[in-house]
Amino acid sequence: MLEIKLLHEPLDLLHCINFVSNDAAGGIDVFIGTVRNATKGKAVVQLEFEAYEPMAVREMEKIAQQAIEKFSVQRIALHHRVGILEVGEVPVVIAVSAPHRGAAFEACRYCIDTLKETVPIWKKEIFEDGEVWVAAHP
Amino acid sequence: MVEKLNKLMKISLLSFGIAKDIIGQRFIDLELADGISVAQLRATLVQRYPRLSELASVKLAVNSEYAAEDSLLNNNDEVALIPPVSGG
Repeated sequence: MLEIKLLHEPLDLLHCINFVSNDAAGGIDVFIGTVRNATKGKAVVQLEFEAYEPMAVREMEKIAQQAIEKFSVQRIALHHRVGILEVGEVPVVIAVSAPHRGAAFEACRYCIDTLKETVPIWKKEIFEDGEVWVAAHP
Repeated sequence: MVEKLNKLMKISLLSFGIAKDIIGQRFIDLELADGISVAQLRATLVQRYPRLSELASVKLAVNSEYAAEDSLLNNNDEVALIPPVSGG
């Protein structure tokens, strides 16, 4: 079972945990992405996230489904937020339940690592003196 | 057999992130030679918008799926320019 959401409002961590909870689970692993206050020593004011929404949801569904199959985990909730996020806010939550903790850790890591490679979501760093799309130029 | 010369097709081009800054708008409609490949579209776009070649990468998606360079486009396809992604 999986739940993928792309939202324009603050994410609900407890909802994600509750979604994956089930009596046959021995553990739940949760990854929470947070907006860091600096990049390469330069102070970040805020981040702006945008997405190719229909494709982002499809790619996140594929990733979660792959994770369930590869690691034999039970449920995955993967929520990503877009819009303007301040330092400390949460752009992504990934919750995974499994009978044993090893698979939950591995599946959760797989989801965030793969999301960062393939999902059509982009972040722009806003500094006091300018803004930059992350990773756009070599 | 009569060959259809100059047959055209319409595709919608969606641009995101820095690609949207380069193209200038989120959505544009393009009229192209019917049945060109993704690679041919890429070449046309780079010629029209040279700053695209400065990016670390640009992938093309057709109807929300990453597309192989040799796949052929169809009328009314939705093509997205996907510069380096940075979600999460």
